[in-house]
Amino acid sequence: MGSSAPTLDRDAAVFAEHSAPVAPSPLPAPTASPPSLTVDLVHVGRTFGERTVLRDVTLQIRPGEVIAVLGSSGCGKSTLLRQVGGLDTGHEGEILIGGEPVRRYDERTAVGFQEPRLLPWRSIRKNVALGLPRSLSKLEGRERVDELLQLVGLSDRAHLRPREISGGMAQRASLARALARRPGVLLLDEPFGALDALTRLKMQDLLLDVHAQTGTTVLLVTHDVDEALQLADRILLLGPAEPAQEPGGAPEGATISRLLTVPGRRPRARSSAEVTALREDLLSGLGVEAHSR
Amino acid sequence: MSPLHTQSPSHDTPGSNVAAGIAAEANAEQNRVSDPHSGDAGSAQTKPAKAPREGLNPLAKFAVGSVVPVALLALWWLVTESLEIFSPIQLPPPMDVYEAGVGLFESGLLAEHMSISLQRVLLGFAIGAGAGLALGSLLGLSKIADHLLHPTVGAFRAVPSLAWVPLLLLWVGIGEDSKVLLIAIGAFFPVFTSVHSALRHVDPQLVEAGRAFGFHGIRLLGTVQLPAVVPPVFSGLRLGLAQAWLFLVAAELLAAAEGLGFLLTESQNNGRTDRLLLAIVLLALLGKLTDALLGVIERKALVRWA
Ligand SMILES: Nc1ncnc2c1ncn2[C@@H]1O[C@H](COP(=O)(O)OP(=O)(O)OP(=O)(O)O)[C@@H](O)[C@H]1O
Ligand SMILES: [Mg+2]
Repeated sequence: MGSSAPTLDRDAAVFAEHSAPVAPSPLPAPTASPPSLTVDLVHVGRTFGERTVLRDVTLQIRPGEVIAVLGSSGCGKSTLLRQVGGLDTGHEGEILIGGEPVRRYDERTAVGFQEPRLLPWRSIRKNVALGLPRSLSKLEGRERVDELLQLVGLSDRAHLRPREISGGMAQRASLARALARRPGVLLLDEPFGALDALTRLKMQDLLLDVHAQTGTTVLLVTHDVDEALQLADRILLLGPAEPAQEPGGAPEGATISRLLTVPGRRPRARSSAEVTALREDLLSGLGVEAHSR
Repeated sequence: MSPLHTQSPSHDTPGSNVAAGIAAEANAEQNRVSDPHSGDAGSAQTKPAKAPREGLNPLAKFAVGSVVPVALLALWWLVTESLEIFSPIQLPPPMDVYEAGVGLFESGLLAEHMSISLQRVLLGFAIGAGAGLALGSLLGLSKIADHLLHPTVGAFRAVPSLAWVPLLLLWVGIGEDSKVLLIAIGAFFPVFTSVHSALRHVDPQLVEAGRAFGFHGIRLLGTVQLPAVVPPVFSGLRLGLAQAWLFLVAAELLAAAEGLGFLLTESQNNGRTDRLLLAIVLLALLGKLTDALLGVIERKALVRWA
């Protein structure tokens, strides 16, 4: 399980590539954006029919915190995110956003889906505009979309349709659409999963920029331990309720099997000793042997 | 960089994908199937063998399309005027039909027949297609309405539409209304069915994305669902239009004092085979013309929404 990308000098390698999507004009004054919100999960569970996918997830997320959700494929990461965004009803326990119960398709949150989910008949610009809150005037809306397109490096592709751009660009457009809302809680479901390694690093930086400017609370689902270590304040590992139990006896459904605080301020160096130890810890939590050299 | 990263990375180079996308759009599927690696827009030049089939210009297309009709016309002329295999009562020669047309045109009857038929079709189609769109949308979007109404609509659809004729005559009378209504019934079902099933099959992920960004009800319909069903709905509309012409002839054959269907029966009764053939040719022309018009609208809509 060697990781190659972190050995790159990321700042040099990434931004030399094409024009960096770092906003020359920063995001508009934070006064316009709603405050970032807390998320409280109290004994949250989700069962589909007979099958329990999540059980007993309890977590308090502070405003502005970045939480990464790690877990093996199919363990319920997306399901958890969907509960928090109000995309799926029928959870057990309590989910509070800013202290109030989550609402159906909660407008205080915005979702970047695992798939881009862009409307194929709309241009990229109009797809991004879909995320705008309705209270915004036309002019304000246009300005915000322009900024976001610039931020994700799609200004010159804005007139194209989704199928005319690459998968990575579509993911960026999808992220811009989620940001257009200025959500109190940003929910991202493997937003960089489909990106090539370089774009991925660039997008991680972009997300940190966005976070630094808006201070929004972020819940980020990822497969990628390094991504989690790079971006998150805390890392939540979803897994079987009790790790070392015989298969027959363990209760069904994933819960928080580990909750780690990542040391150091962002942006972090990728190869510090502390982070390396955490990485091995997380990998073994995911059932991957860490090979010592 | 990602130990658990399972998806294959996609390339994000700015130029090539866009060009490929545009090229693919221009050449539909063919380009992709025959040459998945074509990255440059100039695929037509790299594959000269394929070019003529894809790039037939409208004039050439028209010329190719006319070969068979012209040959049929020549054959018709051959077996009637030249070889005299058929008597004029069985099959009048092309010139006779043309002259019959000129005669009817000069008397003003031709315009009358055509315009009343066209009017009935357009009116009936508008009503039937409109109702089909409305009811299809309702049942396609609302589960409750679907459960409530679909069995009933299904039962009505199972009735061969011409079976309504006696009832229509009895209830509505022999006038214009019953004809327009019959045509509307004919146009209704294809449109209803296409809208209904297309709406049921709109990508649920897109609908959910729309909902997640605050769209619901009529705004969701206009933003996500209707645009998504534009292509199937247009094929439903074109089917509905063809049905409308079918039911026009049925209605006019049964009871009418004017119109192309009436011209058919009248000519049959008077032994005017030339006029009979004329009516058939005119029906073909009008049907094709209205379908082509709808096709133009469809193409515009597809450019916008698909
Ligand atoms: N609507 C649903 N009905 C029934 N089962 C569902 C539903 N949604 C999710 N599941 C089940 O819940 C489990 C967790 O799904 P989920 O999409 O949350 O996984 P995930 O952790 O996001 O996986 P991945 O990393 O592959 O995206 C899966 O086994 C899936 O089959
Ligand atoms: Mg998932």
